[in-house]
Amino acid sequence: MVEVGDKVEIRKNGKVYTGIVMPHHAFSDKNVVVIKLENGYNIGIDLRGCELKVIEKRTGRVKRKFGKIPSNKKKPYIALLGTGGTIASYVDYETGAVYPASTPEELAFAVPEIFELCNVETKILFQKLSEDIIPKDWQRMARETAKYLNSGKPVIIAHGTDTMSYSATALAFMLKNLNFPVVFVGSQRSSDRPSSDAFINLISAVRVALTDIGEVVVTMHSNISSDGCFIHRATKVRKMHSSRRDAFISINAKPIGKVENGTLEFYTEYKKVSGEKVKVMSKLDENVALIYYYPGFKKEDFEKITEDKNGIVIAGTGLGHIKANFIKIIKKLVKDGIPVVMTTQCIEGRVNMNVYSNGRKLLKAGVISGEDMLPETALIKLMWVLANEENVEEAMKKNIAGEISERREIGAKNLYEM
Amino acid sequence: MDYEKLGFRAGLEIHQQLETHKLFCFCPSELTERFTSKFYRTLRPTQSEMGEIDEAALEESRRRKKFFYLVSASSCLVEADEEPPHSANEEAIRIALGIALLLKADIVDEIHFMRKIVVDGSNTTGFQRTALIALNGNLDGVGIDTICIEEDASRKIKEEGNKVFYSIDRLGIPLIEIATSPDIKSPSHAREIAEKIGFILRATKKVKRGIGTIRQDLNVSIKGGARVEIKGVQELNDIPKILKNEVKRQIEMIEVSKKLRKRIRTEDLKNLNIFDVSKIFERTESKFIKEGMKKGVILAVKLPGFAGIIGGIRYKEHRLGKEFSVMAKMEGGGIIHSDELPNYGISIKEIKKLKELLSCKEEDAFVISAGKRKIAMKCLKAVIKRGMQALKGVPEEVRKVVQDSFTEYMRPMPGKARMYPETDVPPIKIDKKMIEEIEKNLPELPDKKILRMCREYKISREEATQLVYTGKDEHFESLAVNYKGFEKVIARILLNIIPEIEKEGYEISFLYKKIDIIIDGLRKNLFAKEAIEKLLRYFAVNPDANLKKAIKECKLEILNEKDLRDIIKKIVSEKRELIKEKKKRALAPLMGLVMKELRGKADGFLISKILEEEIERMIK
Ligand SMILES: [Zn+2]
Repeated sequence: MVEVGDKVEIRKNGKVYTGIVMPHHAFSDKNVVVIKLENGYNIGIDLRGCELKVIEKRTGRVKRKFGKIPSNKKKPYIALLGTGGTIASYVDYETGAVYPASTPEELAFAVPEIFELCNVETKILFQKLSEDIIPKDWQRMARETAKYLNSGKPVIIAHGTDTMSYSATALAFMLKNLNFPVVFVGSQRSSDRPSSDAFINLISAVRVALTDIGEVVVTMHSNISSDGCFIHRATKVRKMHSSRRDAFISINAKPIGKVENGTLEFYTEYKKVSGEKVKVMSKLDENVALIYYYPGFKKEDFEKITEDKNGIVIAGTGLGHIKANFIKIIKKLVKDGIPVVMTTQCIEGRVNMNVYSNGRKLLKAGVISGEDMLPETALIKLMWVLANEENVEEAMKKNIAGEISERREIGAKNLYEM
Repeated sequence: MDYEKLGFRAGLEIHQQLETHKLFCFCPSELTERFTSKFYRTLRPTQSEMGEIDEAALEESRRRKKFFYLVSASSCLVEADEEPPHSANEEAIRIALGIALLLKADIVDEIHFMRKIVVDGSNTTGFQRTALIALNGNLDGVGIDTICIEEDASRKIKEEGNKVFYSIDRLGIPLIEIATSPDIKSPSHAREIAEKIGFILRATKKVKRGIGTIRQDLNVSIKGGARVEIKGVQELNDIPKILKNEVKRQIEMIEVSKKLRKRIRTEDLKNLNIFDVSKIFERTESKFIKEGMKKGVILAVKLPGFAGIIGGIRYKEHRLGKEFSVMAKMEGGGIIHSDELPNYGISIKEIKKLKELLSCKEEDAFVISAGKRKIAMKCLKAVIKRGMQALKGVPEEVRKVVQDSFTEYMRPMPGKARMYPETDVPPIKIDKKMIEEIEKNLPELPDKKILRMCREYKISREEATQLVYTGKDEHFESLAVNYKGFEKVIARILLNIIPEIEKEGYEISFLYKKIDIIIDGLRKNLFAKEAIEKLLRYFAVNPDANLKKAIKECKLEILNEKDLRDIIKKIVSEKRELIKEKKKRALAPLMGLVMKELRGKADGFLISKILEEEIERMIK
């Protein structure tokens, strides 16, 4: 039986190939075995018509060894919680497999430079790909975070980037009276690569965690250079690029500030930390839908999706519109006590349904204006409001966690500045 | 030199850019100086396999270099490491596979790209993507170990302090890397093989031409020496000289080691004290020392047993002292050693005092470094380290070519490259059909092509060889096919006439386009073939003229037989005396005269025939 890591000899057409068997690549042909040659290269050999002989079974794996996490009583303490993602990932140089930190040590030692700034207490909450995270995970994150906050430690949450702004937004609504910053951080290039953004992001996150920001924030690269990071308000930030390291952008708002070379600069006001204990309000009503309108969207589909929902968020066109013949359905939903919130699929800009007739009809039908909330923020807010507030409409219109801004400054829309 | 007796072994590593778009994106493989923006990065060494944090690596990352990347129309988010690589460029793969087939190598069944860690900033990712596509090839008895396809690195523009500027236009250009076995037997053999590989590459017509598009590295060792890698060989013609020099250098280093072993042991070089000898030089006349003093101090160290060795034994131009200097230069300073003294204004008295202070015996040498204490210290430590290596013999190392085909230490021989799979790029299954298709379109190998061209076009072997090796074969064939019977003329134009005009300093690129119309005119008998050179020279000065005008201006209208005979008759009658005296033997001198008048206005053969007839008539 040939296993990954075995040294084998393959004879094919009179030629001999010697190497170590590598894991099968998902896109590799089913007849192909991949071996690592003595010179370090991997090649695939079609085993049909070959003679394969194991010449040496795999010896025990070299286990990665870590020292103790250093501690220095003079330095401040922070908690680093792992949820998955690539900010703390390792590569098994033997097989090439990349795996995320699975122990507190692996998480702590991903960027050992942070020991120079603080004492780190790490915990792996779970190991999930960003897209696998569900609202239950937000609730767990909120409860665990509150524990650390209430034991006197700022919290940094290492998270996959795809849904990081969702999780951060959820915590922004769930955690009340923040006594320390809660900083979400991730990486667009996994930390096993020399060009990873993980180091700068995590070091910057530590700097932010040691400030008096009493909010949930996201700290990620400010541009594609190794300049530093922006501090984004959780409810305002969105991943706006599939791959760039400066993918995270504050929408309809300036970032709170910037961390560069260890110094902080603030662009806007922020809520200061409270002196009280943190309160967790993690209840959610998950039975809410976010509907992205498009020309040709069928009325019947809309009816089907909204049928058993407790709340609806629509990403409408432009200033907040959908086709006129949907309005009747919406009217009925509102009448049945189902809140319907309008946001814009333009992402940037504020909803205003006073300008055009369909908008005015929507307002008359009882649609709640989502103002300049991101569609995803409105969705999570509605989940939270339905579970925690008496008057849904009033709560949706109120600014709870910095999700609604009154003013949008000219020039705030400057996506990629190099 | 008897290279066989010396145990000479050498191998080549050839990197050649392919003529197609980039390997992992659709950017053009074009270099440009039109930069539109820039960004910068720092690279951080990743942890070692064992998960321990390498203190030195961390120190390195603390004072890490800033790499600035210049952006142009030849780069996109992929080169900036802001977008994952696309699937590998299939055309590049096909070209590389074709070359592998020409080199009779075994192609792998599935290509897997790897990440080879490179932290000098030349790759924005911190690694180079590379894949082994074929093994065990052969070229004229020299083994071809491996053939890889990989992405070219960024182009270094400049370095300022801890800032390094790169242009990422070159990053990602597909390269084929061909590595031979160390089967090469002599410096001239190395050149021959490098040239052959070059011809094969160019025969595909799918590789880039021009400066910087092909790079050769050499691996060389002799018996008792060590494997040394030489980077940055630009010219084929330099290869033999570089290798000869390296052989001499290794012989010198072996001699150094032999002599040192008779005098000292490794222990003698451990715990050597570095002294501050500034006091000795308080009133020095030496400019070098005075300059150094201004910046800091004068440090010195005794090198026991090194006297007379540092300055060179057998080949002084490859003396150990040069290696010492380079080591010091890499630390940012300089040194002087006792074998080169007295010199540099250092007095005999000062030398004597130094020897006393360092308690140097007759066989002991010393080395001085002047300047900032920290740097001077580093310089001397580097020298001591190099001295220890000298005792052992020839160190394995990477060297770079400097002026006059000499080489200079560059860095230690890298350990086995840290490589791991590039999981972002899917593997490529090579099926039989693909290979068959590539095989069908393979270019003719040069040797075969020469034979065929001799046969097909009735040109000489020498002409065919020259056409192939100067890359004019394709042009020749495209003309020869259309102008049957004019092959020799075409070859002469391509190989002699145009290069000669070029030598005289004319811009000749557009002349190639005139060949067609000239041969066409020749075929229509508008002028004689002797006029071709005149016409081309005319076009070299008047590129916009048409053929009709050229013929007229060059006075080349072909004469009919009657006019021709009249002119010849006239010359013959003028030279009546000569003919009377020399009879038939007057033909040769008269031919010269006649040709001077008639070159290009009639066929040479016809002129000669008429002249002969007229002389005959005169004799009668
Ligand atoms: Zn590109």
